[in-house]
Amino acid sequence: MRRAMLIWLALAVAALTAFALALASGSSHLAPLELLRGLAVPGDSVASEILFKLRLPRALAAFAAGGLLALAGALMQVLLRNPLADPYVLGLSGGAAVGALGAMLAGLGSLFVNLGAAVGALAAIVLVFALARRDFARQQLFGALDASPRLLLTGVIIAAGWSALITMILTLAPEAKLRGMLFWLMGDLNGAESWAPALVTLAVGLAAIYPAARDLNVLLRGEALAHALGVRVAALRYTIYLVASIATALAVTTAGTIGFVGLVVPHALRLLLGNDQRVLLPASALAGGALLLAADTVARTALAPLQLPVGVITALFGVPAFMFLLMRNPRKA
Amino acid sequence: MSVPLLEVRGLALAAGGRILVRELSFCLNPGEMWCLLGPNGAGKTTLLHTVVGLREPQGGSVRLAGRALEGWPPGEAARARGFLPQTMHDAFSASVAEIALLGRHPYLARWQWEGAGDREIVFAALRAMDLEGFEERDVLTLSGGERQRVALAALLVQDPALLLLDEPVSHLDLHHQVLVLEHFGKLAREQGKGVLFTVHDLNLAARFADHALMLTPQGTVRQGPIGEVMTEHDLSYAFGHRVARLEAAGRTLFIPE
Repeated sequence: MRRAMLIWLALAVAALTAFALALASGSSHLAPLELLRGLAVPGDSVASEILFKLRLPRALAAFAAGGLLALAGALMQVLLRNPLADPYVLGLSGGAAVGALGAMLAGLGSLFVNLGAAVGALAAIVLVFALARRDFARQQLFGALDASPRLLLTGVIIAAGWSALITMILTLAPEAKLRGMLFWLMGDLNGAESWAPALVTLAVGLAAIYPAARDLNVLLRGEALAHALGVRVAALRYTIYLVASIATALAVTTAGTIGFVGLVVPHALRLLLGNDQRVLLPASALAGGALLLAADTVARTALAPLQLPVGVITALFGVPAFMFLLMRNPRKA
Repeated sequence: MSVPLLEVRGLALAAGGRILVRELSFCLNPGEMWCLLGPNGAGKTTLLHTVVGLREPQGGSVRLAGRALEGWPPGEAARARGFLPQTMHDAFSASVAEIALLGRHPYLARWQWEGAGDREIVFAALRAMDLEGFEERDVLTLSGGERQRVALAALLVQDPALLLLDEPVSHLDLHHQVLVLEHFGKLAREQGKGVLFTVHDLNLAARFADHALMLTPQGTVRQGPIGEVMTEHDLSYAFGHRVARLEAAGRTLFIPE
């Protein structure tokens, strides 16, 4: 318990540092004193204008999206008992992308692009739920004692279907719209102003699943064993799916389909901290948020005024960092 | 007479569209160790899963400690009966101590973290399964037999009154087969636990069980004290293979022809 608190505290400090850097970096240079005054006295200076209109909303959106993705990834890995699972594995990102790209193709504004992503994500959630309903409740198949492979297979096949639709939209789209579509697909926080829904979802989702964290530890060892140890397996698996899906939907709606964070942050934390979900779930939310925030700061400043897609930065820095962790500790993973 | 730990009445089991057992009734009392015998596909695992509550029977009823299975809240049931599945899949690494500690899950309140007392229980269980010094080993690096003993240790930590074991000794070497079954026999004799275990080694069954439940491919059932069930005639019939019974070195031995 004390160890968990220390870990969360350290990650919270890392997140605050990332916030400070994000607020201090940008095309117009703000001295530290100007920054502090701008934050303390909102509304009466250019500094304050830049901070509250531009940098802070984008920073909050990046933190929330990163936290949501890492939390959703950690949950999907438990639900499917598969280390390769990520927030998008059940086809949710595909549904969102079809919605968003469809809105772009129709020439609609950014509000409708977000709405399209949300509707597409919702459609994907409902589709998987309807098709694999019985696999959530089922606790054993003959021999395997394990319902997860069927659920995973359903999700992967549906994702393949979405992917075909995305390719179709990209093919039909006029040249002028392709660049915006590709940026959306790679994940992009440019113009992400609506941070509040994502941040609230992060807090609510974590609060909703956290009481079941020890149940998740048991579930990770198999559905039959979890049942024998007193876990309400079907109800728990529905809850995990719901929390993870909504978290992913909000992240994707806010920032497009940013890869890597949801798969790798939970794994990196497992290598460092062990696999107790009571420690891991809050740690994932904090670390995922801090990582995406830092990556976005690099993405918009490294080649300024050119803005790189944030997904490129998370992968470029994340891949070597993760390989280092993996090699350092070959006993695990 | 105390309440039976497990009371099965008129149970009908089917799997894969095939009727396995038509009408099964038996009582397992505290202190009894039952072996569950039968050829592949006779319904041994299906019976255990039904008793654990992993699947619905086609008919009949199961009572745990006098109360119908459906009436047990999951957490309470986990303190009354424990289950060793036939196979374990570990997708993620974990230490041996962490896995064994999961057995304390039904005893901890929602916000409670494991304490020194829980760890003591874990170390005792690991010692009983000859796993001293394995506490920090990663389960992904264990051999099949070692992993099975970790699962058995987790079950000892769970400490239910009724222990349902699906092939507890299938991966073990002969020393650990004897050690494990001796330990569960001791739990039955000294603490009044009930044990129901499936096993394919007839000699281990005859040596450690006091009662036997034998399923046949025809859906019939033989049950009772071990000596009455494990006869040459009935074993040969159930397994579809002639079995000879010998007395040697003060033990009853079974040899397939």
